[in-house]
Amino acid sequence: MSTAADLHIHNPVEDVLRKERIPTIWCPGCGIGTTVNSFAAALLGQNIDLKKTVIVSGIGCSGRVSGYMALDSFHTTHGRAIPFATGLKLANPELTVIVYSGDGDLTSIGGNHLIHAARRNMDIMVVCVNNMIYAMTGGQAAATTPGNSITTTSPFGSFEPEICLPQLVDAAGAVFVARWTAYHVKQLERTMSKALKKKGFRFIEVLTPCPTLYQRRNNMGDGLAAMVDYKNRSKIKNGAPTYEVALVPGGEIVVGEFVDREREDYLTRMRRQLGTNYSELPPQPEEEEQEGCCSSC
Amino acid sequence: MMHADPNCVLTGTHFMNGDAACCEGALAAGARFAAGYPITPSTEVVERFAARVPKVGGIFIQMEDELAASIALQGMVWAGAKSFTVTSGPGYSLMMEHIGFAAMTETPCVFVNVQRGGPSTGLPTLPAQGDMMQARFGSHGDYSTISLVPNSPQECFSLTVKAFNLAEQFRVPVMFMMDECVGHMTEKVVIPDAKEIEVTPRRHASKPPGEFVLFEPGEDLVPEIAHAGEGYKVYVTGLTHDKRGYPLMNPASQKELIPRLFEKISRAADELTIVEAEGLEGADVVVVSYGITSRVAQRAIEMARDKGLKVGKLRLICVWPFPEKLIRELAPKVKALVMPELNMGQVVIELERCAGGQCKVISVPHPGGTVHKPADILAAIERGAE
Ligand SMILES: Cc1ncc(C[n+]2csc(CCOP(=O)(O)OP(=O)(O)O)c2C)c(N)n1
Ligand code: SF4
Repeated sequence: MSTAADLHIHNPVEDVLRKERIPTIWCPGCGIGTTVNSFAAALLGQNIDLKKTVIVSGIGCSGRVSGYMALDSFHTTHGRAIPFATGLKLANPELTVIVYSGDGDLTSIGGNHLIHAARRNMDIMVVCVNNMIYAMTGGQAAATTPGNSITTTSPFGSFEPEICLPQLVDAAGAVFVARWTAYHVKQLERTMSKALKKKGFRFIEVLTPCPTLYQRRNNMGDGLAAMVDYKNRSKIKNGAPTYEVALVPGGEIVVGEFVDREREDYLTRMRRQLGTNYSELPPQPEEEEQEGCCSSC
Repeated sequence: MMHADPNCVLTGTHFMNGDAACCEGALAAGARFAAGYPITPSTEVVERFAARVPKVGGIFIQMEDELAASIALQGMVWAGAKSFTVTSGPGYSLMMEHIGFAAMTETPCVFVNVQRGGPSTGLPTLPAQGDMMQARFGSHGDYSTISLVPNSPQECFSLTVKAFNLAEQFRVPVMFMMDECVGHMTEKVVIPDAKEIEVTPRRHASKPPGEFVLFEPGEDLVPEIAHAGEGYKVYVTGLTHDKRGYPLMNPASQKELIPRLFEKISRAADELTIVEAEGLEGADVVVVSYGITSRVAQRAIEMARDKGLKVGKLRLICVWPFPEKLIRELAPKVKALVMPELNMGQVVIELERCAGGQCKVISVPHPGGTVHKPADILAAIERGAE
């Protein structure tokens, strides 16, 4: 008789997951896990040192991603993953730093940090899981909620237009800007692979279904219905000007790699401008050898 | 124990203000990274740091706001650096969530607050000691940290070094509570030889990855730390967590974690009773003060002594944890404890609690903007001596 162990099939991405923490907290049909699959595959397909790869997130359903990855994981405060990541990168430039968080986290409460990290061209990669809602807190309106949507805080339909994230980060100075949906798993993996290797501020928006809180309230069906919707509405336009990629409710979803340019990142510029005013860390004094008794004995 | 790096220590006798001395203290203590956002009267600390630190391989980054600064510095720490941030009143209020984060994640770091008059924008260029309760209780939830209060530029140097050392020893955020007067007063500051400056090294993991458990407390209840990029796959969260750092949100895990965060400080109460005491023996009245107020109190004490009163002086250098044992011992022996503060009476609440009704406790409040008149403190001493 075969046992459960015999049936175990090695999942190609399980090596970068903290398996002991699975199952995840995410609902059936949620798109966050799908993006993680692409991310994990991108990480494994690279020649990068996973020991020096760090993942940082803020708070929210999407913010839990950091804790499921078998990397150095930091689950920080709501909205502040980017400045935490900035600190990590400055103090150890050898690290590959990825911020992986939600749309509310990165663009509402953390909107200011998003703008300034892009402006500085801080060498970090940001993955924004855009489920168009504040999920973890129970489905309130977000800056990304499509106008008219019903949420718990906009029971008569939201009165605010949604933010266009690619346009915002492009204007702020990001060197790489892309958008995919949870339907585009292979494209997302490829884009993530590319972004992982690039230097500077990289931003990837991924539209994901939240069947539990967004779709249910707006009669949009389950996770699968969202995938069909993404498939039908998406149009791949690599290099599209970001002012043309706004998400219009019910309209075309423009996806692809929109921006891929070169610009000196923060640390490179700092070193160049400082010139001889910057010296490498001076040798730190060695710890005194403690042989036998200490001096006070 | 390590010693300061001579490349970063300006050994010699200087004439500098408290803000500058604080910067030199941070450099001597090993801080090579800082994140800040400008605010009067604290900015000179990081202005000097920004000019000094590139030459010794460090970085100052001016962040977009205090929320960013107070978490960026923690990223720096988890990447292996010693780092700090500097602010004043309104900025300190904005940093509160991240003081809680540092306490919860046991991130060793230093928050310098050069206090000014408040609330709100208050008196940007004038002194106060109005953030003392915020230093202890400002962030939500329960936690315990350490607050040091200097009263001279010389102490801004030496106590900043101490602040960093205590942060490493206990893995807590340490509050360095200056005030505008101390920050801006210029006095002689003697910076010793690097060999004479003790620097507490980080309590780095003594076990290899795989065996090391990130939040396993040591005998003194303080865990060792491992950094990002070292192969430990650290997991750090502000959620209630188990010893591995994994979120574990239930009453049992809260009960295991939160009391330990308290106890690692309270166990060291004797070591953290850092005071300057004089004339306590046989005193009828003891003036308890901290920071700039202690210098005005000194004058009042002298005036009272000239009048024949038996007055002792107790200056709190470490205000939090409060020197509870010392006050409990002192209270039954005196008629009164007099406490002038540049606030409407904050730390005096704790003094009163510890005195437990054994003697009079007289608060000498002041809304800030300037310092007390010695005569006001003298009047309180006289009332206490009655
Ligand atoms: C300072 C602060 N404000 C509010 C919250 C409550 N909060 C937790 S998650 C969240 C929204 C998360 O939304 P999003 O980033 O879109 O992530 P999602 O859950 O949708 O993946 C909010 C408002 C918090 N934790 N901290
Ligand atoms: S609430 Fe929405 S975003 Fe959160 S796990 Fe469920 S489906 Fe995903």
